[in-house]
Amino acid sequence: MNPDTALLAEQVRQAYEDRKPLRIRGGSTKDFLGHASPGEALDLGTYRGIRNYQPKELVLTCRAGTTLDELEAVLEAQGQMLPFEPPHFGPRSTLGGTIACGLSGPARPYWGAARDAVLGVQLLNGRGQVLRFGGEVMKNVAGYDVARLMVGALGTLGVLLEVSLRLMPRPAHTQTLVQERTASEALTAMNRWAGKPLPMSATCWDGAQLFIRLSGTPGAVRRAAQEIGGEPLAPEAAVQFWQTKIRDQQHGFFLGSDPLWRLSLPQAAPPLSLPGEQLVEWGGAQRWLRSDQSPDSIRQAVETQGGHATLFRGAEIPSRFHPLPPSLKQVHRRLKAAFDPRGILNPGRLYPDF
Amino acid sequence: MPSSPESAAFHRAHQRRSALVAALRAFLPSEAILAREEEVRPYECDGLSAYRQLPLLVVLPRTVAEVQKIVRLCHQKGVPLVARGAGTGLSGGALPLADGLVLSLARLNRILAIDPLNRTARVQPGVRNLALSEAAAPYGLYYAPDPSSQIACTIGGNIAENAGGVHCLKYGLTVQNVLGIRFIAADGTEIQVGGACLDSPGPDLLALFHGSEGRLGVLVEATVRLLPRPERAQVVLAAFDDLEKAGTAVGEIIAAGILPAGLEMMDQLAIRAAEDFVQAGYPREAAALLLCELDGTDAEVSETLAQVHALLLQCGATQVRTARDEAERARFWQGRKAAFPAVGRLAPDYYCMDGTIPRRKLPEVLRHIAELSQRYGLPVANVFHAGDGNLHPLILYDANQPGELARAEALGGEILERCVAVGGTITGEHGVGIEKLPQMCVQFRPAELDQFRALEQALDPQGLLNPGKGVPSPRRCSEYRQLPKRAS
Ligand SMILES: Cc1cc2nc3c(=O)[nH]c(=O)nc-3n(C[C@H](O)[C@H](O)[C@H](O)COP(=O)(O)OP(=O)(O)OC[C@H]3O[C@@H](n4cnc5c(N)ncnc54)[C@H](O)[C@@H]3O)c2cc1C
Repeated sequence: MNPDTALLAEQVRQAYEDRKPLRIRGGSTKDFLGHASPGEALDLGTYRGIRNYQPKELVLTCRAGTTLDELEAVLEAQGQMLPFEPPHFGPRSTLGGTIACGLSGPARPYWGAARDAVLGVQLLNGRGQVLRFGGEVMKNVAGYDVARLMVGALGTLGVLLEVSLRLMPRPAHTQTLVQERTASEALTAMNRWAGKPLPMSATCWDGAQLFIRLSGTPGAVRRAAQEIGGEPLAPEAAVQFWQTKIRDQQHGFFLGSDPLWRLSLPQAAPPLSLPGEQLVEWGGAQRWLRSDQSPDSIRQAVETQGGHATLFRGAEIPSRFHPLPPSLKQVHRRLKAAFDPRGILNPGRLYPDF
Repeated sequence: MPSSPESAAFHRAHQRRSALVAALRAFLPSEAILAREEEVRPYECDGLSAYRQLPLLVVLPRTVAEVQKIVRLCHQKGVPLVARGAGTGLSGGALPLADGLVLSLARLNRILAIDPLNRTARVQPGVRNLALSEAAAPYGLYYAPDPSSQIACTIGGNIAENAGGVHCLKYGLTVQNVLGIRFIAADGTEIQVGGACLDSPGPDLLALFHGSEGRLGVLVEATVRLLPRPERAQVVLAAFDDLEKAGTAVGEIIAAGILPAGLEMMDQLAIRAAEDFVQAGYPREAAALLLCELDGTDAEVSETLAQVHALLLQCGATQVRTARDEAERARFWQGRKAAFPAVGRLAPDYYCMDGTIPRRKLPEVLRHIAELSQRYGLPVANVFHAGDGNLHPLILYDANQPGELARAEALGGEILERCVAVGGTITGEHGVGIEKLPQMCVQFRPAELDQFRALEQALDPQGLLNPGKGVPSPRRCSEYRQLPKRAS
């Protein structure tokens, strides 16, 4: 075992012995997500570096503390990218934190989520054991899919040490179109187009306009642009829009002061009539709401459409993630105990009571 | 009259069986309970027919409420149960237990809803894979994962094995195409995970259920993603006089940034068998054949087709043919989809392996398989999902020749261990089941296997859901590790 891996394992083992909670930390760019967790910091920020990169295989393994900036620069030099276009929320953002939070960007409905790109992980469980699940191959059903189980667990089931990912080639050609639309027109249009074989790679309605990104071979993009219509956005402006304004939430919409909610809904669910501003992404599957309404009323409105609501930024409430039905919560609680029997890994970060 | 030791054992369990039947009769009609030897015989194995076992009995519920009552009853009485879809699994996942019940989901076969605008379908677990795509067709939609067994296999079985198909290179495995499930937990509780959204809060339980082989719960409903039918699909057939050249071509296509809808490879034995079986129009003299399917918009396919054509020739293809029409395209695929049964005609029995390796190791592993085939004196035909490195070596043998099955299994075991040694895995899509328990001890270390068991106990503390599959016991592993290395 590498000395730095051994050091981390020892820290977790000690915490297990002492029954002392640990707060797992990468670049601290997503401290706002979930609840504050007590305990001593377990620092992954220096646990970095690319361990294996096989451009021809579209596979990469790197340490959890590697920053997204570093990683993406290496991929870009080979004309490749992370399919899920993760948000950064700052230059120190690490791959481990991104995977633990399960965050995906604009391309998610079209090219898959963070969990879809994960092929394998190396982790420390709550006893400080170094374990490996999954691998570096595209198809693998040996053993339970623990690697994907870690996505969205916010570090409560294990400390991610290494992550193996599936990559994709950067599309040859990209174009963004803009149309004036109401929310309801935008939702219908996005879902109609998604039902056709068009090379869409991102969609967003920002309260006034609908933005559609097309990616693929030049001919395919040109033809789809003709079919969809709208004003083309200049290439630099398009990168700025998708990466800075939407992915990293620098759009004016995100800069307001009311609490920011993330609503996950069936894509074609009609516009929700909740007080506050909304911004729609992912063909309607991810909607952002700035609102000071009570959590209960927001969650009820979302539940009737079969969705769930996370308080993403702002305010303080008992459960930032959508409360689970008791039977499901029991499953999560027991899984937590199976990976972290003494409850020392990020306790309370995801759900207040475990 | 009991005619074999197994049949005798079946009859000795008479009392347990009667007691259980009596309890089941409280809520199931008699035609939903199979308890006579000739009735349960058809359930004695799945697609891995080398392993057979008569179950205590078989139940065929029609509703979720019935499934729930059955699971509750098993929970109360401590009776193990094995969920079963169509029984096409190739790793013995649905192999019955002598003291357990087979819970067939085949009658829960309704498509509950298709939502064309959301592009989702809500289905019961016994719906056949192909039936779903057929039902979605009027909306211009289809269900992407297409295992070669799609005429028969069920969505429940597909989720439980995380099944793949020739199109999963571009469109993902089952896990990438399911949005939500409802399952009955070991204690009979009904639990919903996910729904029609793209995600759900917390650790990804939905992913965990994929490939869990009926050991974490009984699936009773799924919401799946449907995709728009591509405007055009075109398949290119390329022949090579050398397997390694074909392997290189696969890497070059992917490296060029092309994502084919399917990229399949067959070796000479498989090519000839398929050609003799379905007259697909394959070149019999070729040492290797690649099928590369491109789909998307008309413009996209035309542009990429030219690129692929050139790449294949550069890599030394002796022949490159684009299917002239839909009929020829269907024929090219028919040969590939019928490859298992076609190879099966060459010998009394065949044994299908399922390792995955990093693509760049393809030539090395193929050479090794050829050597092993020689050493064991058993022919091996190779069919693979080459695009994602998933190998299906088919070992030909005759179970009636003493020792041949054991030799075939030993050969297969060595192939899988080589897959692990080159950085791959012992199973890409068929699952561990009962078959690959020994190789699990090679791929995973004891602490990892312990973690799997802890996870399993969290969901099924009594160990009643399909026990003895998927994860080997610690004792079994220590015994396996002490075996002298076979045949070498
Ligand atoms: C000719 C042939 C070709 C094949 N080609 C492919 C291929 O291309 N790709 C591929 O991935 N596989 C392939 N397979 C393997 C097999 O078809 C798949 O594994 C399929 O997913 C099994 O589905 P089934 O309904 O037959 O499940 P079964 O065989 O009945 O069961 C498989 C496993 O799932 C569990 N299970 C079934 N239903 C449920 C449920 N409702 N809830 C919980 N657990 C359940 C069972 O307990 C068992 O462990 C092939 C098989 C054959 C015979």
